[in-house]
Amino acid sequence: MSGTDRIVAEAAELVRTEGTALLERMLLIRRFEDAVQRLFQRGEVHGTTHLYSGQEAGAVGVCAALRPGDRAAGTYRGHGHALALGVDPQGLMDELLGRDTGVCGGRAGSMNVVDLEHGLVGCFGIVGGSIAAVTGVALAFQRRGIEHVAVAFFGEGTSNQAYFAECLNFAQVLRLPAVFVCENNRYMEFTPIEEVTAGDIVARAEALGVWTRTVDGMDVQAVHAGASEAVAHARAGEGPAFLQTLTYRFVGHSRSDPGAYRKPGELDEMRRRDPLAVERARLIEAGTADESELDELEGRVARRIDEVVERALAAPFPSADAGMREYKESGAA
Amino acid sequence: MAELEFRDAVRDALDEELARDEAVVFFGEDVARPGGVFAVTGGLQERHGSMRVFDTPISELAIAGAAFGAAISGLRPVIEIMFGDFLFLAMDSLANQAAKYWFVSREQASVPLVVRSAVGAGGRFGAIHSQMPVPWFQGIPGLKIVAPSTPRDAKALLKAAIRDENPVLFLEHKRLYALKGEPGDDGEVAQLGRANVVRTGSDLTIVSAMKGVHDVLAAAEQLATEGIDAEVVDLRTLRPLDRDTVLESVRRTNRLMVVEEGPRTGGWAGGVLADVTEDALEYLDDAWRLTTADAPIPYSPPLEDAFLPSAESIVASVHEHLNTRPVNSSA
Repeated sequence: MSGTDRIVAEAAELVRTEGTALLERMLLIRRFEDAVQRLFQRGEVHGTTHLYSGQEAGAVGVCAALRPGDRAAGTYRGHGHALALGVDPQGLMDELLGRDTGVCGGRAGSMNVVDLEHGLVGCFGIVGGSIAAVTGVALAFQRRGIEHVAVAFFGEGTSNQAYFAECLNFAQVLRLPAVFVCENNRYMEFTPIEEVTAGDIVARAEALGVWTRTVDGMDVQAVHAGASEAVAHARAGEGPAFLQTLTYRFVGHSRSDPGAYRKPGELDEMRRRDPLAVERARLIEAGTADESELDELEGRVARRIDEVVERALAAPFPSADAGMREYKESGAA
Repeated sequence: MAELEFRDAVRDALDEELARDEAVVFFGEDVARPGGVFAVTGGLQERHGSMRVFDTPISELAIAGAAFGAAISGLRPVIEIMFGDFLFLAMDSLANQAAKYWFVSREQASVPLVVRSAVGAGGRFGAIHSQMPVPWFQGIPGLKIVAPSTPRDAKALLKAAIRDENPVLFLEHKRLYALKGEPGDDGEVAQLGRANVVRTGSDLTIVSAMKGVHDVLAAAEQLATEGIDAEVVDLRTLRPLDRDTVLESVRRTNRLMVVEEGPRTGGWAGGVLADVTEDALEYLDDAWRLTTADAPIPYSPPLEDAFLPSAESIVASVHEHLNTRPVNSSA
């Protein structure tokens, strides 16, 4: 099927914002990542993996500001981006376990997941790749006269990549409906970002005349509010928007990282600002839900992920020849 | 019938495909209003509008990335990377994004994207504006590489490239832009991956592409006057390679020479030799290649001329391998 045909197949299950919906989606991501960590340690998830734990408010807050038909691209830390867009946790877990039933049939793995039906252009394992893809998706939306926006998630380390400088300028001069979401979790892999970055990241976007906003990335409501503005700006044809979320990851950069570079006490301090706890406290304070209802919600999400894991472990692997034969017969170069 | 100039063939193919399919867009550095530094794309913006034909910043990575993202979102972008040497700046998007997307997505979306680029030496552009980027790209599954030698092929193959669902690297040899030749039939679309036997012969098969085909044909004319009858194969597409046409020819002539403008190490000529050696060893009396040296391309005219394959060096190489003597040779 061509890209032209694919674009009409859009049925993204987008995040609702009312009630406990945002908390539930963040819980889903946290429990999913916990499970991925366990499965990695058991040797069921292969290669490497980068967890989104601690950063859930970013993807969930941003994706809640999107409409069906909008698209987003994630990074190698992309499970949260995928789940926030509505990608089926079963298809994603099956993919991570290399199963035939995975959303990409086990071809992609953790860092390269694509699910266009849910608006996921892809997760891009090379830093900055999401920015490039989204620049092009936004170009297609604009040139085809479609009022959709395309969102690129990327880390703060991406601000030192050629993609960042080239694509932000490209998008701004063409006034593309793109939203660039810089998830600033303070560390470029193992290195504090300030040690390798001159000046201010947001100022780089401002220098191009790009609309910018910085929000508390540990607060899903703050992210959602900022993202709604950013998306509205882009959708109105005013050009790209740049949203920085100040966030933190509770786990290492990747599987092999104990996080020894963290500043003393920093992890404990940020865990007290856990976006799940922040949102839970807000819901109770506002009387939207009580403790027992939220405990019940947490239990429900945990059971759902348990089921996902059980099914994924039972799912078939792709057959060694059929999997690649299908590709070769598909008309690929 | 009026002859068609190579650069006009490229422009006509773009013009016709832009007119045929509104999903086709074309962008690059100085391609729209200025009409391209090689005067190939003038008038396209006037005819098709600035929403579909437009100039970009000097940002090869962004151009390629934008083309990739657009190709998976309903457009069929054609981009120009001004010189083949600049393709290296766009490598991540071309190699890691465009070429792999159909595969990693399990065929959720194809990437109908064409990268046009001016390549090749002989224009005194020096080491970094004259290269042949084929070896960099031939090892990337998911990409096609088209390399026309005539105006007719340039048009028919570019139209085919634009209609192909895969990312296609379309190489235009700079020394061919002013070449005139017979136009094809109206609306002709070639098939990618098919070589042409452009001269029949019985003594050896000489395989080449792009400008090399013309050098080989000139050499074959000279060799004919000396009693050596060369068959000439124009590959037209370097990936995928039309092995069958080459093999069929070699089985008749029993000798294979491959002429490649590009360094010997890692070049496509080595791949042709390997394919033929694997599949038709018993038919082979001799197989060799004529390439450039493993050195950067020099600037100074006598240095550059000596560096590149030419009709003369092809003739000399054939004589050396056939143990024959050139006519008028004092040796």
